[in-house]
Amino acid sequence: MKRKCEDLHPAQWGRNPRNGTGWIAPEMIRIENLTKNYKSVQALKGISLHVAEGELFAYLGPNGSGKTTTIRVLTGLAAPTSGNATLHGFHILRDTLKAKRQCGLVPQAINLDQELTVRENLEIHGRLFQMPRSERKSRIEELLDYIGMKDRKDSPVKHLSGGMRRRVMIARALMHSPRILFLDEPTVGLDPTIRRKIWSLIKRIQQSGATIFLTTHYIEEAEFLAERVAFLDEGRIVAVDSPQALMARLGTWALDEMVDDNMETRYFQSRGEANAYIARQQGSFSLRRVNLEDVFLSLTGKKVLP
Amino acid sequence: MKGCLAVYHREVLILRKKLVKQVASMAVAPLLYVLAFGLGMGRHVEIQGRSYLEFLIPGLVAMSSMTQAFAIASEINIARFYWRIFEEFQAAPIGSMAYVTGEVLAGITRALLSVLVILAIALSFGVVLSYSPAFWLGVVLNSFVFASLAVGMAMLVKSHADQALLTNFIITPMAFLGGTFFPVDQMPSWVQKPLGLLPLTHAAHAVRTAAFEGAPEAFPYVLLASMGVVLFVFALFCVNKAKE
Repeated sequence: MKRKCEDLHPAQWGRNPRNGTGWIAPEMIRIENLTKNYKSVQALKGISLHVAEGELFAYLGPNGSGKTTTIRVLTGLAAPTSGNATLHGFHILRDTLKAKRQCGLVPQAINLDQELTVRENLEIHGRLFQMPRSERKSRIEELLDYIGMKDRKDSPVKHLSGGMRRRVMIARALMHSPRILFLDEPTVGLDPTIRRKIWSLIKRIQQSGATIFLTTHYIEEAEFLAERVAFLDEGRIVAVDSPQALMARLGTWALDEMVDDNMETRYFQSRGEANAYIARQQGSFSLRRVNLEDVFLSLTGKKVLP
Repeated sequence: MKGCLAVYHREVLILRKKLVKQVASMAVAPLLYVLAFGLGMGRHVEIQGRSYLEFLIPGLVAMSSMTQAFAIASEINIARFYWRIFEEFQAAPIGSMAYVTGEVLAGITRALLSVLVILAIALSFGVVLSYSPAFWLGVVLNSFVFASLAVGMAMLVKSHADQALLTNFIITPMAFLGGTFFPVDQMPSWVQKPLGLLPLTHAAHAVRTAAFEGAPEAFPYVLLASMGVVLFVFALFCVNKAKE
């Protein structure tokens, strides 16, 4: 399914994040002019996006920008108002069931059956995806091993810690070996140690060949994990590129400066330029490396954090 | 088909986890009615040539199979609004048909369990009636009607509180009026007419006729089956509508 850039409309060109060539990997997620209205609110205002196979793609934006809505539409929980989307070539409306088979979903809120055990939760998911009994059994063992929870398989979910529940959610989504894993705010509310454990789990899942689409409002999460990020603001995508390329657009160094009780940030290509600027000015400064939050601020004029 | 079994399997697993509690709670209401009305008030009352206790048991069977089948709505609501597990079903590659079938089967299972509880209570008071295929068919069709109604309603309500209201306004009045505690044909005709519109009236009649070894009439069975099919289609429609 490899295609050359020349075969595609220029709007569809993408750099292959793996080797940087003009070849693009087979397309896993294609979104075209997607809109979604909730009564009077326009949650998505025409989103177009392409995610290549094996890519780890992060969807960044403040709360209420449409991140979750996009995932809900792609995974069949919400119907789009207009526009198209395909998952591994299957149209989400015309080939709904096949499209659903392509994706594993880890929603933001824990939605496990609390009364049931870890194994039973995975078992029901396997049945819902019509996996044969023997396959369900071996896959459960494999996944429990993978998330390091073999000894807890017969514990009711209500007895597990938050980090464990999150891992069970991920294992459940992986049960039917989906090509695409949707993670909606996978580390929200977790402490830093657990967050790093989840990050390494996500990296491992990607290395096994899955395409990962995650939403987050933690800038460092996207910076650490993602090969490409899209910035979402009020239902529109304002930029898509690799974190490095986006940051390089601004510069390397960021200088925060207090001006009339407001913080202003200037960007410089080198430390020397920044120092030269400081030498000319008076006041208190703090010099640091440019991060993704700067990119978002400069694109939208607002902070990512709510 | 496999999808509907997955939905059913989940409900049965959950039912099994709290089986003792569930069976105990299924026994409370019928036991109270038997004690208060059957033994207390009805000791010297005879209806249709039977002791009141014997008259009461098939009524309780119809009532309990209705309330327990309808109780599936609460389970769906908890899964939907509280645990958000409904999203697991929505994201799974199963159609609405599989979902509704699975939940309705779960409702019928609950109802059958509650009927067994009542028959055990009856037995403990020395009452054994005829539990023929016509008896069980009446029970199953009655559960089918109310489980289908429950799935549809569970999709329509916006909160768990709405669900409680619905039970209060629809199920509870029907439980008392639908030929459970007294014979409908002894009521004034202006009362009989509206009561004839309630599915439970016909279910209670069918179940009681079978339990008393009367010749089964086709009408209540056909009526319940058709109502069940209509409500099942209604449930399908509501599940499709539940998608944002």
